[in-house]
Amino acid sequence: MAKSSGNSTSRRGFLQRAAVTGAGLGAFSAGGAQFFMPAFAADKPAIGTWPAGSSGSSVFVGLTAPRTGTYAVQGEDELKGAQLAIEHINSGNALIKAISPKTTKGILGKEVKYGIADDGAKPNNGVQNISRFISENKAVLMMGGTSSAVAVALNKLAQREKVIHLAMVSGSNDTTGKDCVRYGFRECFYGQTAAAGIGPVLVKAFGKGKKAAYLTPDYTYGHTVQKSMSDYLNKEGGWSTVTNQVCPLGAPDYSSFLLNIANSGADIFLNINWGHDAVLSIQQAKQFGVLDKQKLVVPYQVPFLAREVGGDLMGGVYASTSYWWGIEDKYPLAKMFNAEFSKKYGYMPEWGAQCTYLQLALWAAAVEDAGSFYPPDVIKSYEKGTKRQSMVGEVHFRPEDHQLVRPVIIVRGKKAADMKGKEDYWDVLEVLPGEPLMQKPDEFGCKLGDYT
Amino acid sequence: MFTWANLVSQMFNGLVLGALLALISSGLTIIYGTLGVLNLAHGAMFMMGGYAGYLAFTATGSYVLAVAAGALFVMVLGVVMERVIIRHFYSRPNEDQLLVTFGLSIVFVELVRFFFGSLSRNVPPPAWASGVTPLGFMLYPTYRLVVVGIVVVALLVLYFVLYRTRLGMIVRAGIEDSTMVDSLGINVFRVFMVVFGIGAMAAGFAGIVNAPVVSLTPEVGEMILVQTFVVVVIGGVGSFPGAILGGLIAGQILSITSMINPGYAYVMLFAAMTLVLLVRPRGLMGLHSRD
Repeated sequence: MAKSSGNSTSRRGFLQRAAVTGAGLGAFSAGGAQFFMPAFAADKPAIGTWPAGSSGSSVFVGLTAPRTGTYAVQGEDELKGAQLAIEHINSGNALIKAISPKTTKGILGKEVKYGIADDGAKPNNGVQNISRFISENKAVLMMGGTSSAVAVALNKLAQREKVIHLAMVSGSNDTTGKDCVRYGFRECFYGQTAAAGIGPVLVKAFGKGKKAAYLTPDYTYGHTVQKSMSDYLNKEGGWSTVTNQVCPLGAPDYSSFLLNIANSGADIFLNINWGHDAVLSIQQAKQFGVLDKQKLVVPYQVPFLAREVGGDLMGGVYASTSYWWGIEDKYPLAKMFNAEFSKKYGYMPEWGAQCTYLQLALWAAAVEDAGSFYPPDVIKSYEKGTKRQSMVGEVHFRPEDHQLVRPVIIVRGKKAADMKGKEDYWDVLEVLPGEPLMQKPDEFGCKLGDYT
Repeated sequence: MFTWANLVSQMFNGLVLGALLALISSGLTIIYGTLGVLNLAHGAMFMMGGYAGYLAFTATGSYVLAVAAGALFVMVLGVVMERVIIRHFYSRPNEDQLLVTFGLSIVFVELVRFFFGSLSRNVPPPAWASGVTPLGFMLYPTYRLVVVGIVVVALLVLYFVLYRTRLGMIVRAGIEDSTMVDSLGINVFRVFMVVFGIGAMAAGFAGIVNAPVVSLTPEVGEMILVQTFVVVVIGGVGSFPGAILGGLIAGQILSITSMINPGYAYVMLFAAMTLVLLVRPRGLMGLHSRD
């Protein structure tokens, strides 16, 4: 039954918010829904939260993201993107209609409500949060990620509970690789496409035969991105890995790791850390003189990194990303998205917000095309691979591994003196088509599993 | 990646890291030793010191004023905390004390998050201590070298207060046997308030001194708190020299392990703690185990 209104915040515990609009009507009709089955439900057995979750006048989306911990800043941004998308879906905004042409208001005429919970980037918390959204709110959709460890855990939950999961930011190859599931979909770029995209740029910029040092967070995201990067650079550029410093997520100090990197004789310092870990390790790398001797590369760009670290350290730094607002001159939907987002939140969107917005817009399109919330039908609708418009041009889902085929954007940090505005942190060097950057669908061991 | 140059630089870095940990831990251990209260809000107070100093720095641009503000603010906070809340928990079971200090830490962290957000804040090192110093065998951030000096002075002051003043004598007597001190007609409650203030001040002072090394986030204290506990357990709960020894040992473990296999740096820290607990349950310098 749809949760009515209510605002409660408690740390580490459950943070939950239900949209307020139309709550009275929603609660009333959802209450009556237990006794009313749509005609088409008769020939299909109940699965997951279907049909209970979508038999009222609203459907519920469960969101879990880190609002505390080292990925808190990025998590909040992703939630903002998701909230804007839901608002737009419910109001039938022009941007949503450009991505999902059949959308009028809501999805199949139903209002979308949502709840938010904090997972601190911990997989157990993420699974608990979403499990409660499923049992208490009959969530028809879950979204989580920011840490790939959470995204992978939710993939497994999604497949078990038969509720579709849209990954938020998740850079690990595993999310649509060995840990892919029938019920999971990913929008953003990942280790493999990051490496294949930025690799040639790095070899061209720095030359062949360079010595590389890596600083790698110790979980699936870090390991797979590091492997993809070193595989590409060592094979195609004749580079060598002189050290790979594996550090824990949320380390309070990076001095010992950075000393090893300083002493490694590397030419290039590839920092795979993310969130506050990236901010702190880059600032400390500066303190230890690492950035004077080695060129910094951020293979998998971190939203807000340049804002927090500043142009003095990020000037000239190469990175690959899913989205940067500076592409708006060539992509009309990017311009619309930037305008809508900055109007609501007062700053230009980063790629985490773009990811969650587009995920929800593409879900709206898939459900509208399926004409039903019945999960196997929605999944099959996704798997048709329909080409759709987006902020980064035309995109489509790959049916074999549920990965969105989308461009990778190569950017280079601007020096503080070259910035034309206070949010002008990155120069867009290239927008690379996604398809050629991707591995074969089965290369990372993806087996999607069953529909039912 | 073993080379002698790397070993020397890691050992040196371990010393700096250890000095910082020693300072933070000393506040925690003094409070526990005297009051018997394990203050889980210590990390949050460390963080509050950083933010108070950050505010003072943005207002005045002065590093010295920032340090003074960070230390004094948290001292006052500590005294208020002791008088208003902690005092009522001395006679309550340990679980209650843990829960109330843990609760306070949540309140502090969320208050700071409410006012400052999660984006990190920077307090730059003072101009005279910024940049890199060549040590011969490596280049080292000048500010971290200055931090060692600051920590040594701060620990000496603490030592003087604890071992060379009347107050210190009472505090140490209180650690040994608080009932006896009480029966000698000394106002234990006033001493407790002063001790809590000093312990809190040590945390706040460490928080702002450490701020230019790590950029400030509301969680900066949580990450430090875990390490601080390990240091205190290794050194001996309630022992001031133990906190210093524990800090130095923890610094070396983190640095040297990370040279051999960085993935095991924190694992080794906990392994060392377990080993100490097995061989010497009261910690290396612990006088007696508490009931």
